[in-house]
Amino acid sequence: MITAERKPISEIKEMLLPYKKILVVGCGSCVAECAAGGEKEVGLLSSALRMDAKVSGKEIEIKELTLDRQCVYEFIDRLSDVIGQYDVILSLACGAGVQAVAEVFPRVHIFPALNTTFLGETKEAGLWVENCRGCGDCKLGVFAAVCPVTRCAKGLFNGPCGGSRTERCEVDPEVPCAWQLIVSRLEDMGRLDLLKKVQPPADWSKQQGKGPRKIKREDQRT
Amino acid sequence: MMTESRLKKVLHTGNFAVTAECGPPKGADPEVVKSKGKVLKGYVDSANVTDNQTGVVRLCSLSACALLKAEGLDPVLQMVTRDRNRIALQSDILGASALGIRNILCLSGDHQSFGNQPQAKGVFDIDSIQLIQAVRNMRDAGEIIGGEKLSSPPQMFIGAAANPFADPFKYRAARLATKVEAGAEFIQTQCIFNLKLFREWMGLIRDLGMANKVFILGGITPLKSARMAEYMAKQVAGMDIPEEIINRMKSAPSKEQREEGIKIAVETAQALREIQGVHGVHIMAIEWEEVVPRIVQEAGLYPRPQA
Repeated sequence: MITAERKPISEIKEMLLPYKKILVVGCGSCVAECAAGGEKEVGLLSSALRMDAKVSGKEIEIKELTLDRQCVYEFIDRLSDVIGQYDVILSLACGAGVQAVAEVFPRVHIFPALNTTFLGETKEAGLWVENCRGCGDCKLGVFAAVCPVTRCAKGLFNGPCGGSRTERCEVDPEVPCAWQLIVSRLEDMGRLDLLKKVQPPADWSKQQGKGPRKIKREDQRT
Repeated sequence: MMTESRLKKVLHTGNFAVTAECGPPKGADPEVVKSKGKVLKGYVDSANVTDNQTGVVRLCSLSACALLKAEGLDPVLQMVTRDRNRIALQSDILGASALGIRNILCLSGDHQSFGNQPQAKGVFDIDSIQLIQAVRNMRDAGEIIGGEKLSSPPQMFIGAAANPFADPFKYRAARLATKVEAGAEFIQTQCIFNLKLFREWMGLIRDLGMANKVFILGGITPLKSARMAEYMAKQVAGMDIPEEIINRMKSAPSKEQREEGIKIAVETAQALREIQGVHGVHIMAIEWEEVVPRIVQEAGLYPRPQA
């Protein structure tokens, strides 16, 4: 999933300073799963904003609304009926959702309430970890399903650096050394042979070669 | 102008080689590099110039190598993949060769978060092994990454680093073999304080048949104080300083701790000389280059062979 964290309330308040009628829009997908931008968080943030306005004697009107997804046009459509009544949208979607809404409603003022962070997994309650960089050229098959691009601080393709001690990464001792994981997993699988070959330089053009990437599938376009 | 690597010549003629690290300044004064070069000249076969070591901005390795070269030394260009992509790395290799620099040490580099620019973007477009392979292909096939031909190939004696003391221990020897397969001709190791573990690692290297395929130079760092020993043991990742060494430093009165550090360095150099498959020493006297001639002399490694 795409993970995100809510911006500090002070930053949000500053963005909203010139506006009175605010539509707070959540997203029921990834950012709801990571407890940053779902219905519940929309409610919490709206209450905080209302409270703050009350204390500072500012008059504001807030409407809360959570879409199933903010990155798909058919869901964004739901905003069409209400959007005209508000000065601004405060979006609790990931960066993709914020931009998709802006694209559908070009004249609307829209601001992000979240910092979009990474592609990751829910490790345990309240803990999310990054494990994919979306490089466009997945090599998990060679690395025993441990991504060195993401999980090795130096993104090394050909074995651990000299800083791995007691199976931990020197950059952040709370993080296991990705290469320690790769080597021991392959050892257990009896597949250390996969590391014999020198991995050639990666093709980063698949990640950032020509600006924003797109996937175009003719079979999906009818 | 010298056109061949002295280090290569010394090693290929069967000599026990001596290299030393020469750290460039955090400033633009060429005299700092030149004076360090003058200290080392005659006592080492080649001098390594570090490349923004520990992620701290310093005078660039390429320029410092050129300055040392002009002083009559044989420089080893350390090059990390942290700061430059493959375009810049390959370009710098061509530039280095054009300046008569004949040795390169290919490294991934200390992570930028340890240095004085922790907000920098770490490049890591390629890793150290891919860099080794790239230099070899540039030199031997006259090709850059992707296969395009060069109008003339660079000349480089190719080196790599090895840390015998990092995890996973058993895989460390295999990793060295991969570096050799990629094109590494000489290896400079992490500082050796744990000779017992180093001997064990050399055994694995010999078992893999690597002792005859690559020149291994054992790393030596003279300790300045018991505090430095304790700091390195605890704070520097991948560093193995046994309790026995720390205690030895501690038992010396503080005024004599430098002497004790030099003694340990000399003893380590002598011990390394006796290990089968070790072809030289690499002395990393951090901001203490002036001690290198003494260590070389007392270890019985002076005078250096003519090359």
